[in-house]
Amino acid sequence: MHKPFAMAALLAASCGAQAATDSDLAAIRSQIDEMKKTYEQRIASLEQKLAQAESHKGESKAVPVATQSPAPETVPANRAGTPASSFNPEVSLILQGQYKDMKNGAGRGITGFIPAGGHDHGSGAIEGINKRGFSVDHTELVFAANIDPNWRGQAIIAAVDGKAEVEEAWFQSLGIGHGIGLKGGRFRSGIGYLNEQHPHTWDFADAPLMYQAMFGTEGGYAQDGIQLKWLAPTPLFLEFGAEFGRGANFPGSDRNKNGSGGGAVFAHLGGDVGEANNWRAGLSYLKTSARERESVFRDVGGLEAQGFFAGDSATWLADFVWKWAPNGNPKYQNFKFQSEYFVRREDGNMTCKDENAVGNACAAEVTGTYRTRQSGWYAQGIYQFTPNWRAGLRYEQLDSGTRDFGINAANLAVDAYKPKKSTAMVDYSWSEFSRVRLQFAQDKSMQGVTENQITMQYIMSLGAHGAHKF
Amino acid sequence: MMKRLFSLLLMLAALPAWANLNVFATVPEWASLVREIGGDKVKVYSATNAFQDPHRIEAKPSLLAQARQANLLVAAGADLEIGWLPLVIRDSGNSAIQAGRPGYFEAANYVSRLEVPTVLDRAHGDVHAAGNPHIHLDPRNVLKVGEALAARMAELDAPNAAAYQAAYKLFAGKWQAAIGRWEKEAAGLRGVPVLVHHSSFVYLSAWLGLKEVGMLEPKPGVEPSSGHLGSLLARQQSAPAKMILRTAYNQEGPSQWIAGKTGIPAVLLPYTVGGTNEAKDLFGLFDDTLQRLQKAVR
Repeated sequence: MHKPFAMAALLAASCGAQAATDSDLAAIRSQIDEMKKTYEQRIASLEQKLAQAESHKGESKAVPVATQSPAPETVPANRAGTPASSFNPEVSLILQGQYKDMKNGAGRGITGFIPAGGHDHGSGAIEGINKRGFSVDHTELVFAANIDPNWRGQAIIAAVDGKAEVEEAWFQSLGIGHGIGLKGGRFRSGIGYLNEQHPHTWDFADAPLMYQAMFGTEGGYAQDGIQLKWLAPTPLFLEFGAEFGRGANFPGSDRNKNGSGGGAVFAHLGGDVGEANNWRAGLSYLKTSARERESVFRDVGGLEAQGFFAGDSATWLADFVWKWAPNGNPKYQNFKFQSEYFVRREDGNMTCKDENAVGNACAAEVTGTYRTRQSGWYAQGIYQFTPNWRAGLRYEQLDSGTRDFGINAANLAVDAYKPKKSTAMVDYSWSEFSRVRLQFAQDKSMQGVTENQITMQYIMSLGAHGAHKF
Repeated sequence: MMKRLFSLLLMLAALPAWANLNVFATVPEWASLVREIGGDKVKVYSATNAFQDPHRIEAKPSLLAQARQANLLVAAGADLEIGWLPLVIRDSGNSAIQAGRPGYFEAANYVSRLEVPTVLDRAHGDVHAAGNPHIHLDPRNVLKVGEALAARMAELDAPNAAAYQAAYKLFAGKWQAAIGRWEKEAAGLRGVPVLVHHSSFVYLSAWLGLKEVGMLEPKPGVEPSSGHLGSLLARQQSAPAKMILRTAYNQEGPSQWIAGKTGIPAVLLPYTVGGTNEAKDLFGLFDDTLQRLQKAVR
């Protein structure tokens, strides 16, 4: 009860020193009146509560509050509305599935490029690359929470037909400061632009050919390791990052080894141009090394042969994103342009084998040098013209570039080709959490084949409001 | 070349900031309040303007760069910024503004919130578990937030504590007087039935006694549909509204459609500082809001 009087006294004292004008005095008076009023109200409500508590003493059931009362329900200040729990993670579930109409392409792949994990049949086949008709291609379960004031953790479990895999499982620093961010565990690498994004945030139903050629159909490079980032204290966004890890995924290979099997560095630059435009540009470098990395080739006679690569793979990526929205309000209307370019060099040795004894040119194992320099790019634009509708176009092209197979050039077919693909999509979102998409693509990624693909896709998000990256 | 660039950057970083407190405010209303309390002792950055829907901002690079340098982050809270702010805070590499630290301030924590849902189900739209986050349109809330904010600023920048407290007291005095004036002016608005685009005006309605009889969005965060607008039109027969309220960041189409069919005015309210030319600061925001409401009710 001393508080209002003390405050009033303080107020009077603080204002006494100045020449008090009429409006000041009026203000002070009204403030004191307001204080009196609020305290009187508080006392009245406390008295009422006390009376209620006394009258309900002994009753086991809580009395329901009349919901039709003119005053809406309120939550008292300084109290969170969530129930207390020792473990209260943000949980979300992503449902993603599709209907796909395309040719029955045996040996589906990208001509001139070694597919990650073999091709569509046989051992080490690429999962789902040839799946036509209806399919549930991805169900993702996401758990995330702050671990303590210093750390945050997140795990993403992806369920794909009969198996669940840990897609990501990492912890991230919150308290280091000085612009430093540390991440450890399994995470999607910070290289490129699209790489860190999960399939449910993609603007098209499939990853660009460029990502498929670099990392396989999952369209991203994930690393078991650590990532260190530093954000510069500048008005322009300037970020540097470095990663070290196991390097087990394509274009690297898993093996029993101490130390790091793969590393990456990247730099990002970004900012605003006026209220309506934002952009980000990035440059990344990924280095992995491989031992016994198996890929499927065709020999000069068209038979299947196995190649085992040992050596280094180095990839440069450049990425650029530009976003526009009127007044910077993307809700009703916005446009996004993004483009990425990569060039990859592989250098080492390759052993050609005939594992399945089909009688190919490598019946006797042949080891020779292996050198490639390949590149590719894509560019896409997405226009959201109402809160619900978006439409987009993507064009992409790869270049099989230089492929020097050494003495194995005599045994294996060396294709030179520029795969191309054009894609158009339109999608409809009922809310932020539900979306259906229709996509049409003309795919010329296999030499001599022009394929028209139609994909109808849904993406539904349940649970916690996941924040998405720029 | 790279080395020189880098050392230049480091030098820039090491330059003493001219302001004592570097504040990152998520919305213009709290940026304005920080200015009232901090004056020239603070540098304030507003992450959004009045034409941006604060629910739907992206964690864009410029926001990360600004959050990196802030000593104090002032958020509206109650999940208003849940789609982007957590990411900005985490990726800023700034330990001072992480949730739970003194440098993290959530305005909604200091007021009694309305519309706290008893059932959490997205079938009811994008409802906020912590209640309606648009708290600033009840000027009495501005006072409560201001008091807590002044205390926080004083805690973070102790040498200027007295200045912050004095500035707040001066502001509070003027604000109290203004509330008295606004309440007198708005007496005629009590009980006036209104339609709203989004549930952005709950606190304003509660304060002034406006009666919200319908919302153009079928559910919070779901865009108005023609079917739903039709049903509002039908309801106009039995429970007629006198005007339709929307913010500067809402689309005007749905309001105009109802206005055209019913003849009641579609009223754009500034909603926050900068929403109209007149709403230059917090005082202007309420002056203009009341003026527009009074003009519409006449």
